[in-house]
Amino acid sequence: MKLRPIAGIVLRQIYLLRGSPVRLFPMITWVAIDIVLWGFITRYLNSVSGSGMNFVPTLLGAVLMWDFGTRIMQGVSTAFLEDVWSRNFLNLFSSPLLISEYVIGLVITSVLTSSLGLVVMLFLATAVFGLHFLAMGAALVVFLLVLFVFGVTLGIAGSAIVLRLGPASEWLLWPLPAVLAPFAAVFYPLATLPHWMQAIARCLPPSYVFEGMRAVLAGRPAPIGLLAPGAALAGGELVIAAYVYCRVYRHAVRTGLLARYSAESSG
Amino acid sequence: MSTVNPARGDDGVALRIQNLGKRYGGVAAVDDVSFHVQRGEVVGLLGPNGAGKTTTINMVLGLLEPTTGTVRIGHVDLRENRVAALSRTNFAAVYAALPGNLTVTENLRFFGLLYDVRGLRRRVDELIEEFDLTHLRHTKCGLLSSGEQTRAALAKALINRPQLLLLDEPTASLDPSAAQIVRQKIKSLATADRCGILWTSHNMYEVEAVCDRVLFLSHGKILLEGNPKILPGLHGAATLEDLFIRVAREPLAERTGDSS
Repeated sequence: MKLRPIAGIVLRQIYLLRGSPVRLFPMITWVAIDIVLWGFITRYLNSVSGSGMNFVPTLLGAVLMWDFGTRIMQGVSTAFLEDVWSRNFLNLFSSPLLISEYVIGLVITSVLTSSLGLVVMLFLATAVFGLHFLAMGAALVVFLLVLFVFGVTLGIAGSAIVLRLGPASEWLLWPLPAVLAPFAAVFYPLATLPHWMQAIARCLPPSYVFEGMRAVLAGRPAPIGLLAPGAALAGGELVIAAYVYCRVYRHAVRTGLLARYSAESSG
Repeated sequence: MSTVNPARGDDGVALRIQNLGKRYGGVAAVDDVSFHVQRGEVVGLLGPNGAGKTTTINMVLGLLEPTTGTVRIGHVDLRENRVAALSRTNFAAVYAALPGNLTVTENLRFFGLLYDVRGLRRRVDELIEEFDLTHLRHTKCGLLSSGEQTRAALAKALINRPQLLLLDEPTASLDPSAAQIVRQKIKSLATADRCGILWTSHNMYEVEAVCDRVLFLSHGKILLEGNPKILPGLHGAATLEDLFIRVAREPLAERTGDSS
């Protein structure tokens, strides 16, 4: 594996942002809207609940972390889709670029683009709604790491779907976070879900993160018993997603799908 | 029939394809094809639509896995060492334009990094000057005319100083003047840089002007091979175009029976 091809994939995205700064707009706008909307909802809940419970960290903190994960996923997918949209597969995959180099380039690109969104979210949530995000302590690093790995996994899996099913399947990719959100127990304890949904939730690393977050915010110690399996699951699913992507790529090379991809992209 | 210059020896082989085949179910898109391209030689891959030309090129580029056979670029087997093999090659095709949302310079830098080109800044400047793209270097490729896009694609195809260059109908969208300039560039590239070139085209005038040797492909098989200036006379055709039309319309069994 070489660094320069990876740098090429990242540089390409930087060129795109430099050439068309309007691309920065969606990276900032949607997360800002989410934080503002949920910020006011939490304020309202605080004012009417009368329980003395502070909804800001549990709800707004959850929104911030879930958005971070989904932006990572979208960063990977969008960087991949740039090659679909610009019909660049023939030039790209006839070069000596390794699939691992390509995927690592997509992930680094995603880190850069989603970091921007994270900074905006943190600023708004802290300055406007008084969220003390760092109060979660060292556990926060693990929470974000697991969500990062989960976002990368979803991005790779989504890209594999598009590579296998063709450019028209792009619409399957975008609703993935919304479909998974109810199972991930972002806003409510896992026990709220019916048993069959809990079974699915246990396969999703974010459910461990959000359970852990609620425990920490309730003043309990960082639940290693929750975070360890969550992190292991995230790592395992990442390996599976990367394996699936490689298999799909191999299939595309064997069947001629990759060579036909440019023609299909134009349709 | 082969026009390989024995003086060059076998060391100068840019591409060697042996028993290459690609089957889709029961249909053979490419059927037991063997040929080679010497360094410094321009070989035309001719044939009607669906003959297997692009399938062959895609297999050489690693975009399509052969069902049978081997592809060696220089002395490197593509299946055994994909990175080393593809580092020695490059391609340009009318259907594989450079990303239109990057400028000419950005595209060349991007692909230069993918090919791990050393001294990239200098190489990009050289190619921009060589292909008369200086005034367009900061223009997005999507805004270039067909001729300018072809020049940019050729500049990208040479970014890694390939030993083997694959050109799939590179002049298809060009006016005669622009096509002539591109042909001259490619011809001089083969002679000056000793680059082996595999060229597909439907323009027989162009093939005759540029290619040292041609291969006629039909139904996935090589039917004829030879010097494009001599080949028509050997087969009782007035021109290369007449020969092309005859080969394209002839039933495969008749031709293969004839050649055996």
